[in-house]
Amino acid sequence: MSNTLNNSLLTLDARTKKRNAAETRFRVYGIAAIGAGLAMLILLLLTIFGNGLGAFQQTFVTLNVPLLEEKLDKNSTRNLEKIKKVSTFGYAPLLKQAMEDTLAENGIETDLKSKKQAALLSKSAAAQLRNYVLANPDMIGATVEFTFLANARVDGYLKDRVTRESIADDKNINAAQLDLVDALLAAEVIEQRFNLSFITGADASDQRPEAAGMGVSMLGSFFMMLVVLALALPIGVAASIYLEEFAPKNWITDIIEVNISNLAAVPSIVFGILGLAVFINSMHLPQSAPLVGGLVLTLMTLPTIIISTRASLKSVPPSIRDAALGVGASKMQSVFHHVLPLAAPGILTGTIIGLAQALGETAPLLLIGMIGFIASNAPDSVASGFLDPNSAMPAQIYEWAKRADPAFYERAWGGIIILLVFLITMNTIAVILRRRFERRW
Amino acid sequence: MSVFWLTLAVFLIALLGTFAGYRRAFSVVAGDVRKLHSLPKYYGSFVGFTVLIPSLLMLILWLVVPPLEQVSTQFRMFLVLGLAVLLMVLAISRITPDFRARNAVELVVLGLLIAAASLAILTTIGIVLSMLFETRNFFGLYSWKDFFFGLKWAPNFRGDSELSILPLLWGTIYISLIALLVSVPIGLFAAIYLSEYAGPKTRGVAKPLLEILAGIPTIVYGLFALLTVGPLLLRTFGSGGLLGVDWMTGATAVLTAGLVMGIMLIPFVSSLSDDIINAVPQAMRDGSLGLGATKSETIRQVVIPAALPGIIGAILLAASRAIGETMIVVLGAGALAKFSLDPLEAMTTITTRIVSQLTGDGDFASPETLVAFALGLTLFVLTLGLNVIALYIVRTYREQYE
Repeated sequence: MSNTLNNSLLTLDARTKKRNAAETRFRVYGIAAIGAGLAMLILLLLTIFGNGLGAFQQTFVTLNVPLLEEKLDKNSTRNLEKIKKVSTFGYAPLLKQAMEDTLAENGIETDLKSKKQAALLSKSAAAQLRNYVLANPDMIGATVEFTFLANARVDGYLKDRVTRESIADDKNINAAQLDLVDALLAAEVIEQRFNLSFITGADASDQRPEAAGMGVSMLGSFFMMLVVLALALPIGVAASIYLEEFAPKNWITDIIEVNISNLAAVPSIVFGILGLAVFINSMHLPQSAPLVGGLVLTLMTLPTIIISTRASLKSVPPSIRDAALGVGASKMQSVFHHVLPLAAPGILTGTIIGLAQALGETAPLLLIGMIGFIASNAPDSVASGFLDPNSAMPAQIYEWAKRADPAFYERAWGGIIILLVFLITMNTIAVILRRRFERRW
Repeated sequence: MSVFWLTLAVFLIALLGTFAGYRRAFSVVAGDVRKLHSLPKYYGSFVGFTVLIPSLLMLILWLVVPPLEQVSTQFRMFLVLGLAVLLMVLAISRITPDFRARNAVELVVLGLLIAAASLAILTTIGIVLSMLFETRNFFGLYSWKDFFFGLKWAPNFRGDSELSILPLLWGTIYISLIALLVSVPIGLFAAIYLSEYAGPKTRGVAKPLLEILAGIPTIVYGLFALLTVGPLLLRTFGSGGLLGVDWMTGATAVLTAGLVMGIMLIPFVSSLSDDIINAVPQAMRDGSLGLGATKSETIRQVVIPAALPGIIGAILLAASRAIGETMIVVLGAGALAKFSLDPLEAMTTITTRIVSQLTGDGDFASPETLVAFALGLTLFVLTLGLNVIALYIVRTYREQYE
């Protein structure tokens, strides 16, 4: 005790030093925690963009293909039915020929057989060629320039995913083929370009990761969001109006309120089980259909929308209601004519956030069969958009993540970028709406 | 006539009725609107609602009640459209100057509002009933004692599957525990710093940035676990890895899923704790600071103890989120059901097994498929229990300082 008394007030004693050190330590813990959180965010974003941007670039091979008459139309009849009889298999020799011609043209020498040379192309090349010939039968006999997708291995080689070491036991490609790729790259036959078909195209089978795209599953998500918007917004707003403006304070209302706050925290997979049992097994709605997905997501987002709508209804001051009632409006008129329009920006913001949440949700979609399904065709009408089996963006990403070929991982990350672009756009609109129209009373 | 066109026709008749009712209201008072009880548009909507609601209800009844499916669609068309037209004529004939259309319409609207609010209850009942029904079927095929107290999860198609929830429950709890070990310290310290130390500027930047983590879909975290964190851990703990140990054999493991889930829960814990810490009255801080305590001493000895019930509630909410999380564990945790303490081993959870049992080609009469409903019901009860407790704690805590 005497020790502390003898010290000057200007010099810190041991105990104060200790306390100050503890203070600093505590502060540092806080900063470290925030730093850790932000570091995770940065790591996550870096991973997404580092791995996913590649999906927007794709390797293409430009070849002059001789559409040989003796292969495609032996009798020179130009009869479309006869030409259709030539399967994609019959087009393979043309591709081999085109490859050999191109090599000769550019003075590239290789020991590879022509089959191995043509293997640099995507397996979809023959189908692409066939579709072209069926659409333009007059071009048979001519030589036409085509741009084919390169095989996913070649694409991976250009993106450093595939190296000479990593293909040691790969049946699909060998080192000699990679040498050929290098030569073709120098001759500018092979080049990398922006890949629009990743955004607009359909999913492709296991064997052709290079051809897989997000377009069709985006449509699936779009139709689901239409269902969610058409059902969740009116029902959610109606439920909130009742609970906030009309409901008497009794135990039934209490139950509904507790119920809604609990529904908001029910795991999303449980909604998937509900959808499977009620919509598919009992009501026999079509499996994998965006309509069913939309219904399930509606039930899932309703609590979110109700909670935010009630908050914005609550923020409208009672004087507005009293003024309306005072000049002779009925209770219903005061709500629908005065309170609701004033609460609208808040309701819209909440709805957009609810939609964004529904757009990224995957687990319930797994159970109603929106995975394992190859979304290879875009729906051809509005009704089939709702009722025909389709995938959705997050389900498509999951599907790619499960496939064996690592080339699909790049697609999955790329798909995430597209999904995030949608989510960021929606959230930005919500923030702008809030900033622009929010009124503080 | 298909259901779609029939619905459209009913709507058309209702629209027609609305217009006719509107005109009728004018004509009964010879254009002098002041003599009407309500505004003309209410007479219109009265007719519209009178047509629409019973006709649509009848149509829905027709679609839902199985015996009616045999009756010809021709008959259905006549009945529904006939009802609609009849109601329209009846409603229009009721329009007189004294008829209180507004009251009638508002009653109908109130009914619709109540129906919408009841949908939340219906959803819960639907969830519980659909799972309860299938769970009962499951327990008819498989002993409930083995389900709750067995020790092995080994479904197969020979008919002697062992379907016990305990190994799955262990995996779920273990992964959730790791997730909480990651998220609670980081989230709590972040919340303390943001609410007690940070200036408005730092707060305005850091808080929304942290909350981005909460807005990222779980499929993204799943992919992050499978393709980034898993391989990273494998390169550290696997054979030939950085540490030179051979503790890990595959990228999917408890630690992989737990770490990533922890990242996902950071903003959840931090924003909930932030609210709760902010609810502690300033006077308590001032009192402590006035007695000479440093800021950190105030936080540790006054603010946190005062906020503790709320923080525990927040942690329970986070735990319920972790237990019900699906995509991260489906992609990151693996598929082995076992009791093990090794965080570097693959393990499985309730949610992953629900997904795998229901996405196969199994038929809905085998215990291997039906077990998913029993698992789902258990999960529902588990998370519901945690939520109810957490919400109760948070609510009583809030009231304490109001």
